[in-house]
Amino acid sequence: MLRQIEGSRAVAEAVALCRPRVVSAYPISPQTHIIEGVGSLVKSGRLKPCEFINVESEFAAMSVSIGAAATGARAYTATSGPGLLDMAEAVFNASGLGLPIVMTVANRAVGAPINIGNDHSDAMALRDSGWIQLFAETNQHAVDLHIQAFRLAERLSVPVMVCMDGFILTHSVERVEIPTQEQVDRYLRPFAPQQVLDPAAPVSIGAMVGPEAFTEVRYLAHARLLEALVCIPELAAEFERVVGRPSGGLVSAYRSEDAETIVVALGSVVGTVKDVVDQMREEGLKIGVVAVTTFRPFPEQALGQALEGAHRVVVIEKAFAVGGRGVLGAQVDALVSDRGTKTYTVVAGLGGRSIPEASLRRVLGEAIRGELGAMSFLDLDRVVVDRELARMAEDPRRAPSTARVPRDVRENAARIV
Amino acid sequence: MSEHPFAITLDAGSSRDNRTGSWRVERPIYVDRMPPCNDACPAGENIQRWLYHAEAGAYEAAWRGLVEDNPLPAICGRVCFHPCEAACNRGKVDEAVGIRAVERFLGDAAIAHGWRLPERAPATGRRVLVVGSGPSGLSAAYHLARAGHEVVVREAAPRPGGMLRYGIPKYRLPREVIDAEISAIEDLGVEIRCDAGVADIASAMAEGAFDAAYLVLGAQLSHRVQVPAADSARLLDALAFLAGTEAAEPVAIGRRVVVYGGGDTAMDAARSAKRLGATDAVIVYRRNRRKMPAHADLVEEALAEGVTVRWMSTISRVEKDKVLVEKMELDSAGFPQPTGEFTNLDADCVILALGQDADLAPLAALEGVEVRDGLVVVDAQMMTGHSGVFAGGDMVPAERTVTVAVGHGKRAARNIDRWLRGETGGPPPRHELASIETLNTWYYADAGRTVQPELEAQRRQTGFEEVVGGLDEPNALFEARRCLSCGNCFECDNCYGVCPDNAVSKLGPGERYVFDYDYCKGCGICVAECPCGAIVMVPELI
Amino acid sequence: MTEQTSSYCQVGSFAVGNRLVDPHLRTVQSDRLRPNALTSGHRACQGCGEALGARFVLDAAMAATDRQLIVVNATGCLEVFSTPYPETAWQVAWMHSLFGNTAAVATGVAAALKVRGDTATRVIAQAGDGGTVDIGFGCLSGMFERNDDVLFVCYDNQAYMNTGVQRSASTPAAARTATTEARGREPGNAFGQGKNLPALAVAHEIPYVATASVAYLHDLEAKVGRAMELHGARYLHVLVPCPLGWGAASRDTIRLARLACETGLFPLFEAAHGEILSATPIRHREPVEAYLRPQRRFAHLFADPPRTDDIARIQAIADRNIGRFDLLGERAGKGSR
Repeated sequence: MLRQIEGSRAVAEAVALCRPRVVSAYPISPQTHIIEGVGSLVKSGRLKPCEFINVESEFAAMSVSIGAAATGARAYTATSGPGLLDMAEAVFNASGLGLPIVMTVANRAVGAPINIGNDHSDAMALRDSGWIQLFAETNQHAVDLHIQAFRLAERLSVPVMVCMDGFILTHSVERVEIPTQEQVDRYLRPFAPQQVLDPAAPVSIGAMVGPEAFTEVRYLAHARLLEALVCIPELAAEFERVVGRPSGGLVSAYRSEDAETIVVALGSVVGTVKDVVDQMREEGLKIGVVAVTTFRPFPEQALGQALEGAHRVVVIEKAFAVGGRGVLGAQVDALVSDRGTKTYTVVAGLGGRSIPEASLRRVLGEAIRGELGAMSFLDLDRVVVDRELARMAEDPRRAPSTARVPRDVRENAARIV
Repeated sequence: MSEHPFAITLDAGSSRDNRTGSWRVERPIYVDRMPPCNDACPAGENIQRWLYHAEAGAYEAAWRGLVEDNPLPAICGRVCFHPCEAACNRGKVDEAVGIRAVERFLGDAAIAHGWRLPERAPATGRRVLVVGSGPSGLSAAYHLARAGHEVVVREAAPRPGGMLRYGIPKYRLPREVIDAEISAIEDLGVEIRCDAGVADIASAMAEGAFDAAYLVLGAQLSHRVQVPAADSARLLDALAFLAGTEAAEPVAIGRRVVVYGGGDTAMDAARSAKRLGATDAVIVYRRNRRKMPAHADLVEEALAEGVTVRWMSTISRVEKDKVLVEKMELDSAGFPQPTGEFTNLDADCVILALGQDADLAPLAALEGVEVRDGLVVVDAQMMTGHSGVFAGGDMVPAERTVTVAVGHGKRAARNIDRWLRGETGGPPPRHELASIETLNTWYYADAGRTVQPELEAQRRQTGFEEVVGGLDEPNALFEARRCLSCGNCFECDNCYGVCPDNAVSKLGPGERYVFDYDYCKGCGICVAECPCGAIVMVPELI
Repeated sequence: MTEQTSSYCQVGSFAVGNRLVDPHLRTVQSDRLRPNALTSGHRACQGCGEALGARFVLDAAMAATDRQLIVVNATGCLEVFSTPYPETAWQVAWMHSLFGNTAAVATGVAAALKVRGDTATRVIAQAGDGGTVDIGFGCLSGMFERNDDVLFVCYDNQAYMNTGVQRSASTPAAARTATTEARGREPGNAFGQGKNLPALAVAHEIPYVATASVAYLHDLEAKVGRAMELHGARYLHVLVPCPLGWGAASRDTIRLARLACETGLFPLFEAAHGEILSATPIRHREPVEAYLRPQRRFAHLFADPPRTDDIARIQAIADRNIGRFDLLGERAGKGSR
């Protein structure tokens, strides 16, 4: 049914259609509307049977999900930014134990400074946690990805994180087609756990493993995650057959077939990029965009193919490795640089800063003209940072040797901008 | 291969592949130790074993355990001076287990229920003469009969029992109890001939074609000391006096009676005198109470009945109706010395209880028998210097109590049996003693000793009714259950329960436990928590 | 409260078994067919009190639930010695997730059972003192507050033994650990406020709270039995001596557990819905010195010169417990036993 609905509410409806049996949550902006929505559906009796548990922390939220999943219940939770980090230990644990939990991450910046706005620092911090990470471009996409996520998680016995941009998607009201219960039931059958706590057939789950087998355990986790690269397109195709709408998959390309310049991005910014691509195509520039829907496991082959023929790739990222480079950018660079394809990383939209089309057009133009640095920060206020760097350089409390460091940073910063 | 995710999920109980027993440097082993009660019992009873049955209410099984060693439990349950209780470890926890009271309960139960003594072994065709039907003779006769030998007991007195009947007053040992236990032995086929004293052992053995003899003539000659007495003074011998109380017409003693001596016989005589109408029964004894040889319970009971004692006193002279008493004092060596201070004491009669001697005349013709200090010398097998002639009881050097006599009888019988079979060697070595230090007494529930009922004072003045009553069944059970089972497993399950490695297997009732050394790490908790000290650690031999 | 039988039976209800009492009055541990939830071959140190406590508690719980039990275990000694790949010593459905989340994982298990209508299967969460009073306390408090249907069992050995004996919030005053060395002006652990988790559990007013000791098996099993009769959040705090961490002989594990109670330092009590119901009286009172002396972690108290002031402060703690819980039965009247 097509509805004009807030993203969070739409996701709550989609999650409810998946019939989770245990939902635990701790409120944090901007995830709140999602769990309010699920809670409301449980209270109203539309989602039943389901245990909705208000816990005392995100760490507990993930832990409750772990216990429920290990006991054979479909488990769901949602969080954002610092909340994801609070549960980080349990996030690793869920994947290590192979528990098919589905979690929405309403992406939010991680402080300090404290900031509730959107970026991808949270998801990127846990990119190596062994979870499948899917990024939603639109609220429709988010709805579809959640339904596919449960199927995928239970098929592989691996947890799945569905990332959707906080506020930008969660709080925006759009037209969304919510699948019917019948469609979802046809697509997603009851949870048949691969291992379960059962007094009739007792096992010990969660052994301690030493160096003699730890590498093998990690290798097997890696192999299982890579299996998702095969599984995800199949499940997306099946979703299309059942629901009648293409959605999901590993990567999604837009006007990139003959493109010399291809933009790569995650999440909702792809929509903005598409508009810019359309405008630049009008101007005769051969430009396209590839959205990475499945970030973990990293779809090397699919992305590599999508980027074939491009002269340059511009990666728009809402997170970066402080003191290093862009996270996605580094991976794209590793994928295409040996083909002679030049890559640029543009860090944008941190802490909820908007990404104006004009700014995007500007950096893309610079990239096409070869004027863009390998790593740059969109709309960085140079006056502010230069002043601060200068103040730091003159700070008498710094020893002479360390006083040079800010200058180096300044010079380096000037070079890469 | 496990069907679960590799190294994440493991099959239940798979740790049993890991034999942690290899960590061990010491191993626990189960032991049996000698309980102090058994160790102290002159009759060699396995007290702890029969208490074990009694604890479960299996009284007949308990009695059968008892009569393995002692056929006179109803008697000993009354008159034994219970060295077992003095040794009992429970005495160091609260109060000793009332072993004698339980023994009496079992002996009385056997009489009441008519439980029969165990069957005899097949006849050996050997004949043994027992001279004397006191407790030692009865005990020996019983054990010899059980071993299959033909036994004839010859008794000089008109009725069997020896000192049981003629030396111990009936208020301590009712005669029907003596009769019941003796007749149970007779039922076993033992022939007791009364009024059949033996004047000459050698000829008696020859006449009866006996292969061996056990002599228990007792010590029935009263020890005479020179007490100056007027012709008109009335002096009685304690043994004769006590024997006389058995007669239809007891001897006349008057109202004021003085008993001279400090042994059990003196107590018995004074208490009997009270019962025969004496208003005053005064014991004159030359030393103090601590040095008095009489057993403490008898002294207590005598005092409770109004008997009085003149400590540190000797009798210098006995007149018609009074005695002259000299006060004594202890010298530096602890011996009483006269002080020259005299007092008079009214007395219608003086009973002398100054010890007894054995009459060894019947042994005179026996070659090789050695006599020292008026007593017959026997070897470790209780045999006299004359081969095949054994001796025990009051005529050999030992403490003169009923239970010692019973023990002599058992030992002599077993040695006679071995001698007759031509066997050598003694009993197996004894286990190490189960001392209080080896126990963990915390586990035993707090429970004070049960007090046996006693006859009220009024009735003790007027007759020979039994003073100390028996325990009823619940009390006997309670008392039996106070046993700590020192040194021997009583299946409390502690070792089985407290092992952190489940390395103890429980085999079921009566079967105890075994260690599973595949898993025992040697922590020693089982040793520390064994209430009765039946486990020890020994070094692991690699 | 100790289960008493009306007639006197030698070792009464103090030994593990007693051939003289009705089988139903004997402990689960005395049963030849006991579950052995934790079986042989585990790698706990010699004389491990925690291994013992875990088997006592879980066997009793399995007996009470007809073996319909799921156990969630925190990180710690108990987890490490029981489940090193490739072997597990558990014979019960068992799971380990993390150090600090045990109560929450158990909540998830209970929720999964509830939602599928499984009322027979019961859930136990278990952790050491670190996983309970320190890192696990947040999740535990949340579980209490929601009154989730979980029995949480803390096996308290009073320090982080698994990592090499470091101080926890459960480490007693004056005890030496690797992070509270026996030196300086205040040797050993400081005399702080302590964190009395049983009291905190009582403050949550959950349906059942009890303390137990491996030295009082009947008492412990009775408490597990009562806990399993109830629903909602329940808490059992079991003192489990650690020979390694306490510097005690491996054979003294139960002895020390007993002395902890008999000195008054570890009161055994039961509470329900915020009210103390009963306390197990001390049978043979001992001075705290009897408990402290055999442990090397307190050895500095008996050095030359001895720390008599510290011993007196510890005695005062014991005395306060004895008064507070009437452990000598003075208020209740001596006849209560």
